[in-house]
Amino acid sequence: MPVFYGHQIDSALMLGTAQYPSPAVLAQAFRQSGAGIATVSLRREGGEGQAFHALIRDLGVAVLPNTAGCHSVREAVTTAQMAREFFDTPWIKLEVIGDHDTLQPDVVGLIEAARILTDDGFQVFPYCTEDLSVCARLLDAGCRVLMPWGAPIGSGRGLNNPYGLRSLRAHFPDVALVVDAGIGLPSHAAAAMEMGYDAVLLNTAVAKAGDPVAMARAMALAIQAGQLARSADPIEARDMAAPSTPLFGKAVLE
Amino acid sequence: MNITLNGERRSITGPTVADVLAEIELAEARVATALNGAFLPAARRADTTLKDGDSLEVLSSMQGG
Repeated sequence: MPVFYGHQIDSALMLGTAQYPSPAVLAQAFRQSGAGIATVSLRREGGEGQAFHALIRDLGVAVLPNTAGCHSVREAVTTAQMAREFFDTPWIKLEVIGDHDTLQPDVVGLIEAARILTDDGFQVFPYCTEDLSVCARLLDAGCRVLMPWGAPIGSGRGLNNPYGLRSLRAHFPDVALVVDAGIGLPSHAAAAMEMGYDAVLLNTAVAKAGDPVAMARAMALAIQAGQLARSADPIEARDMAAPSTPLFGKAVLE
Repeated sequence: MNITLNGERRSITGPTVADVLAEIELAEARVATALNGAFLPAARRADTTLKDGDSLEVLSSMQGG
């Protein structure tokens, strides 16, 4: 099970709290998913915040606030400071967005913000790309968790660059790695776990499914399967067939 | 005085941030505040005085991915 900044979490599934058809469905989806961490945001208090906060508290899971929607270092750092006080946690899912269409991280701003926040005592979960040098810089900046995207947020495209994600896993065998964003199907989540990722963070794939509660369960099972497969040391793929049934003892029938 | 409160121009009495939160019935609510783009810790709300044209953000927990 994943360990983030010294805290062991009982599930490799991290689940977002946005876009569910109702608060009741959100709560049921969480129960079915067994997720150990819920991501949340800070937004202008329009009268719903207090009830939502109570709902999240009742889920009984660790809370990971995000800086979603922030496009500058300053905005992200200020949001993180507000989140730390509000949620009473040093954890922050750091997002510094660089592009409106792809919601691709601004990796330069991300590294700068990560350094400012870790120097200030935060434990940063950076939403990043799978670029090895960017990830190395994030580790230099004090991050102990990396969260590369699978595909653009909400796209459901799965793992766009399996080679890059596998390569990142191999380069940083001791760093907690989470595939964050782009998951659409349980098979995508299972693939990330089979690669040796420590956890998967997803939201839209569950919340916008026709039956979010069933999809939450499907994701949980897929992640469990992927995790078990990884620890079972899968075979290498090969180009040529290799008969599984023994040839020895086969009758001559011609 | 007039301030921008969560993006909307508002006439408030103030003068402190804590007073404004009471005015908008959020004195007891769990919120996070920022004044003119900078984080304002809860402990400083009572002695932080607003001036005309200030921008105050009052945030709370919301859905997030």
